[in-house]
Amino acid sequence: MAAVTATTAGETTIREPGPLQRAGITLAHVLSHPLGAIGFVLVVLIVATALFAPWIAPYSPTAISVKERLADPSLSHLLGTDQLGRDLFSRVIVGTRTAMTVALTALSVSIAIALPLGLIAGYGPRWLDAIMILVFDSVSSLPMIMLGLAVVVLLGPGVSTVILVIVLYSVPSYARLVRTQTLSLKTRDFIKAEQVMNAGTPRILFRHLLPNVIGPLVILACLDISTVITLEAGLSFLGLGVKPQIPSWGNILSDGFAVIRNSAVPVIAGGAPLILATVGFTFFGEALRDALDPKLNPERKP
Amino acid sequence: MSATPALIEADRLSVQVPTGRLPFSQKAPLSILINVSLSIRPGEIVCMVGESGSGKTTFGRALLGLIKPSAGSITLDGAALPDFSNRSFRAVRRQAALLFQDPLSSFNPRQRIGAMIAEPRRIARSGSTRMQDIAALARQAGLSERLLARFPHALSGGQARRAAVARALSVVPRLIVADEPTAGLDVSIQGGVLNLFLDIREQHDTAFLLITHNLSVVRHVADRIVILYLGRVVESGPAAEILASPRHPYTRALLESEPVPDPARRRAEPPVIGEVPSIAARPPGCEFHTRCRHAQARCRSEAPRLADGPGDRQVACHFPLPEPQPAARGSLRLVSN
Amino acid sequence: MSAPAMKTPVLDMRAISVTYGGRVPAVVGVDLKVRPGEIVGIIGESGSGKSTLAHSVLGLLPKAASLQGEHFDLAGTDMLSAGRGTLTALRGPAAAMIFQNPMTAFSPIHTIGRQLTELLWRDRDQATGQKRERIVAALRDVGIPDPIGKLEAYPFQLSGGMLQRVAIAAALLMKPQLLIADEPTTALDVTMEAQILHLMRTLRDTAGVAILIISHHLGVIAEICDRVAVMYAGRIVEEGTVETIFRQPGHPYTRALFACEPALIPTGARRLPVIAGEVPRPGGTGCDFAGRCLFCEERCLNCAPPWATAAADPSHHSRCHRSMS
Repeated sequence: MAAVTATTAGETTIREPGPLQRAGITLAHVLSHPLGAIGFVLVVLIVATALFAPWIAPYSPTAISVKERLADPSLSHLLGTDQLGRDLFSRVIVGTRTAMTVALTALSVSIAIALPLGLIAGYGPRWLDAIMILVFDSVSSLPMIMLGLAVVVLLGPGVSTVILVIVLYSVPSYARLVRTQTLSLKTRDFIKAEQVMNAGTPRILFRHLLPNVIGPLVILACLDISTVITLEAGLSFLGLGVKPQIPSWGNILSDGFAVIRNSAVPVIAGGAPLILATVGFTFFGEALRDALDPKLNPERKP
Repeated sequence: MSATPALIEADRLSVQVPTGRLPFSQKAPLSILINVSLSIRPGEIVCMVGESGSGKTTFGRALLGLIKPSAGSITLDGAALPDFSNRSFRAVRRQAALLFQDPLSSFNPRQRIGAMIAEPRRIARSGSTRMQDIAALARQAGLSERLLARFPHALSGGQARRAAVARALSVVPRLIVADEPTAGLDVSIQGGVLNLFLDIREQHDTAFLLITHNLSVVRHVADRIVILYLGRVVESGPAAEILASPRHPYTRALLESEPVPDPARRRAEPPVIGEVPSIAARPPGCEFHTRCRHAQARCRSEAPRLADGPGDRQVACHFPLPEPQPAARGSLRLVSN
Repeated sequence: MSAPAMKTPVLDMRAISVTYGGRVPAVVGVDLKVRPGEIVGIIGESGSGKSTLAHSVLGLLPKAASLQGEHFDLAGTDMLSAGRGTLTALRGPAAAMIFQNPMTAFSPIHTIGRQLTELLWRDRDQATGQKRERIVAALRDVGIPDPIGKLEAYPFQLSGGMLQRVAIAAALLMKPQLLIADEPTTALDVTMEAQILHLMRTLRDTAGVAILIISHHLGVIAEICDRVAVMYAGRIVEEGTVETIFRQPGHPYTRALFACEPALIPTGARRLPVIAGEVPRPGGTGCDFAGRCLFCEERCLNCAPPWATAAADPSHHSRCHRSMS
């Protein structure tokens, strides 16, 4: 029997990498792909801009200067000014903060709600699943804009309203994804094995199912960040989102369209960061998905 | 032998699956397992043999409550389970471990092997989960401890099987149900897994239910053999007796179907032709009559009962094969003479 | 046995090697001949390179694999210089293959009849009715009950054993000179295994097709083969007639493998033998089996043993230092 395995006495140290170390390994993996590296750099730039917006912006984004209305880009106003004479560059920078606040808050809240709902629908009794699916389907069958309008009418426009609309919109689809994943995972042998070991339902749900469904969900959310930013911009463009005086990419775009015959700069200033954010989060999300899959990176085994 | 009380006993256990997807569908449910009785004593190695569709895997899972039995009873240490709810089966599962046919799939793909081996101890909140103790557990199962930090997919078939055994030993079970324990393993290491089972039995008096279609491998370790056909027991008894003189024609066909590793003993004809009928269209009378060489008119109309005797043996056949057998013919008798 | 020996081999490999990614050898210097009407078995454990060898015959190797060697002839075509087009033309008329898992060998969304008809695309001038008759005849030949009805069946409606029969019928429809069977019975029940092996032997006797069968199961090899090659770590370590290999195995690895065969272990042995250690990466210095061999000597570690012919039997070869002395 002892002959079957050749164990060298020297190799007896088993080290579980800590969470920090594990994050480092994952990051190294994201950076090893060229697209992942581009995505990571863009994401860091966008997040840093959002964090340090008040210090980066040279002017107050809301300071109106009637004399300097629709000024061309110059050294004092890098991107020129809008129809009210507000510094566009400052508005774009501070708008990043609005965009990130809305996107990250809305998506984190959506994930936090959708994960348990999806797990329960997928793992719980069949009647509960049927009810939950009915609710998800009803909510997601409402047209987005109508839903937005209804909520705005009820609560009035504002950042929190936009977040609520996005959460209402994304929870059903996220919960459905989690449910589908759970349904296929629960018939797998490793879940059966847990049942034979008398593992409690919470343990199966949160220690075994959750780590296996959260990966795809985070990737979906990462890919959705760009959609959500666009959504916020769209709602704001329609006047249903963030109040006009608060700088957001959507408001910049909306204002820019009004003056597009005079200058294309405002539209570009509002649209370019939207595109960069979309590209950045998409690349980063895809690289993260590959990095988190133990099957795709054999180097991760220590 | 019979003085030792049974560790676990299944009495006329049946499993049915609904055929229609809709709750009020008209179709009758399909029977996968019909009145299977089996008792396993501590330290006994019972081997359940049958072709695909015989219900052998279902029996192993029903015994642990992974599939709900539709009728029958299960008795653990002399006390019958009050019902077939998850709560009742917890008592069985506390004493038992299951080894899956594909050991790799029985590990969470996102957890390291070491953590998975410690899992039963974490769930039971008993026993040490320190790394050196988990490593000792792995060594006991013949698994190199440097593999503990790996993810499941980085293991070979043999290593994954040993890891599964190490996990089963984590909280020492009194019963191990092993589904095709040597499937997918090379001949050179198959023996190692069975030797490991024997070691475990010696140390802990653990009983085994080995579920397999391959008699030649398990015949060396089995104490008792149960042959299933279409969800029913057709023959059971002490392993040595069944291997030496099968009484049911199906058992003999199974034994003779094993190809003999000796070119001088080639068979002119396959021992049994045709394939297992579908459980949705069970033949009338004796369900094996469609493939049986000895089938007579009575076999086509009247189902045989599982009759006791001689000794500890049972056989369900109107015309059981005489005993002892005439000349040595089964492949498995090759080396015993 | 002497009659087939006179004919030109269907498959003739000399010093064939397959390397993955330019670095990792999988098959090392293999010599193998299969003559018309002959059933040759390759036996080996996982990682021995037996499947890679089988795939190389049909040009099914992945792109990362490179094939080198002195001579590689399949049904009169030089495989070493063959292009993609030549390989496609060879699949079918020269050699056909059946796989371990018949379930994945068929497309799930088309009927059996349609899939078999498509195999006959080469015979453009034949009418559909004629093709249908050929298919029905082929299905009947492999022992499928109600072959006409089965034409309309989808793969999931048939059992594994039945599908493996259909796979064999499909292979034979193309009238190949060589049939390659990669673990053809591993996924089947023993009763079905016996039937499929019997079928393959009958087809050799009636249709005269040569068969190269790959298996890790000694019983399967003994049941149908005329000649056997034992593969270990990418090399053929022993080759001979099935009687020689099973009666007087020369190589220590072959002997160890036989010692582990459960059907050959006396009943009541209880503790079962194993071969200690693991299969090494192919292409090492010295004898590949040295690390697990009970008779290992100094020279076994340092120099690779040559391919030697037994003095008593010119058809028995092995690759071991000890067999020469």
